Amino acid sequence: MTSATVRATQPRSRRYTKDSISLGRVIARMATGLIVLLIFLLPYITMLFASVKSKAEIRSVDPTYFPQEWHWENFVAMWTTPETPLVQNLLSTVIIAVFGTLLVLLVALPAAYYTARFRFPGRMVFLFLVIVSQMLQPAVLTSGIFREFLALGLIDTWLAMIIVNAAFNLSFAVWIMHAFFAGVPKEVDEAAQLDGAGRLATLFRINLPLVWPGIVTAIVFTFVSCWNEFAASLVVLQTAGNQPLSVALTKFVGQHETSWHFVFGVSIVAILPVVILFMLIEKRLIGGLTAGSVK
Amino acid sequence: MNSLPNTSAGVDKRHSRRGSSARSTEAHNRRWADLVAALPWITPALIMIFGVVLFPAGLMFYNSTRVISRSGLDKGTAGFGNFAQIFAFPDFGPIVVRTFVWVILVVVLTVLISLALAQLLYKEFPGRRLVRLAVIVPWAASVVMTTLVVYFGLEPYFGIFNKLFIDLGIIHDPAGFGWTKQPETAFLWAIAVAVFVSLPFTTYTILAGLQTVSVDTLEAAKMDGARPARIYVNITLPQLRGAISIAILINIINVFNSLPILRTMTNSIPGYDADTIMTMIFKYIQVQGRVDYASALSVIAFIIVLIVVALYVRVVKPMKEV
Repeated sequence: MTSATVRATQPRSRRYTKDSISLGRVIARMATGLIVLLIFLLPYITMLFASVKSKAEIRSVDPTYFPQEWHWENFVAMWTTPETPLVQNLLSTVIIAVFGTLLVLLVALPAAYYTARFRFPGRMVFLFLVIVSQMLQPAVLTSGIFREFLALGLIDTWLAMIIVNAAFNLSFAVWIMHAFFAGVPKEVDEAAQLDGAGRLATLFRINLPLVWPGIVTAIVFTFVSCWNEFAASLVVLQTAGNQPLSVALTKFVGQHETSWHFVFGVSIVAILPVVILFMLIEKRLIGGLTAGSVK
Repeated sequence: MNSLPNTSAGVDKRHSRRGSSARSTEAHNRRWADLVAALPWITPALIMIFGVVLFPAGLMFYNSTRVISRSGLDKGTAGFGNFAQIFAFPDFGPIVVRTFVWVILVVVLTVLISLALAQLLYKEFPGRRLVRLAVIVPWAASVVMTTLVVYFGLEPYFGIFNKLFIDLGIIHDPAGFGWTKQPETAFLWAIAVAVFVSLPFTTYTILAGLQTVSVDTLEAAKMDGARPARIYVNITLPQLRGAISIAILINIINVFNSLPILRTMTNSIPGYDADTIMTMIFKYIQVQGRVDYASALSVIAFIIVLIVVALYVRVVKPMKEV
């Protein structure tokens, strides 16, 4: 990758950032990069270190940067802490995120495909509604959501939060998948239909493989957003056992003797899978994310 | 995207050009057939948008004019009584001002820092991919959890960030001024956290914009001997306009609606000296049990967002190409 011959054969556009920069400048960039990396990871390194400290060490008035002893058993003990039923909270987070994402996919995929492929009266109205619902967020609508689900008898249920999460992530998913479907030439569909494929077969066998990157991006974004949702869960889910981690963990704040090592142990467990998911689509974040809006 | 506006109109024109009235009813029928064919594909999405986004919005507007008891019983009309109650609340003015301070400071700082960060991540250097991955982490991590670790780090005496600041010579008191215990400092720290968690999305959006900046114009300017700062201001920035204006718009909506940071950071502080409209809505619901006041304040919040976004879209025109 970095050898001189490869550099020489690369197209013109790559050279602007590569040619004739001094070693000093490369080192300056690396040093700045290292500082940025440390600042961005600092909170999470702090979490990791705090999660393996003993309770005495974490509440010491002379705090330590590095754990004196690594108490990995905290990661077992934390699940039975009395503040909140953490096992149920984790289960709640997982169930709401998984089913919320599935529901978004089920509803957004056909809408995105059809609006990108076919013209019909009311199509612009539909896309306008999608944008309007992007502007409305659960935080500002909580009182309405609360009253609606109270009337439906769904208050304090996972089903309510699955539906709420799906609804508020729908617009983004439709938008991003719409942009990807619109990028597939229409001739591809026409060829498939000439071969006798129905619309569903055209969608699943022909289009899906082509727009797969867009779908993955939409799935990851929806999943992360459901996984971390806070405002609506705070109001809709009232029983401790039904609440997701995001809500449950705030209960530790202001406690007389906060079990910070447990808070951060759980945080590490909750953050790690999502960070890995995001890193898998890192390349796609540049470009795919803004495919519909930035040209 | 450019072909959107003339879609259904195009069908009309094609048919009317052919002439006779029999043809136009045929066109009419065909439009209906098109709509009916579309319904199975878009109806689930419509049900969801109407049922879970627009209906609660309507309900919220309705509730804002009702008297609702703590147990949730509707006790009849309140007229504009709920709004009068909110305007009469002595902390209402400061809360609105604080909301604007919150949005403006967070968005401006986020965009400025992101511009610099994107510039660094665009340049090539060994280890760039690692730095890019690190910048994503606050995006993926739960905002509540990121806020909790900052709150913990600033705890008087045993907070690890306080110790870091003492060792760096920035502060001298291990109590760390009780940063999270006083409304003013807790609010400022909440702003810092909000900027931190907004950086990844904004940086990546600007980075996406940088990929589209024409390399030829950059090289031409370089050949002419223009200084890097001038190249950036005169050539790069104008081409980033689309990416920056979209990033600002999305940040304004997100930051205005942001609840978890302020709630985690300041909820244990008594009084209303660190509240924004968003945290106040939740205090009405959860502390005072007044869904009616909360609805009225939500309506006010909604109208403010609408006006701000409409003004922004009108002045900046972030989507003029879409």
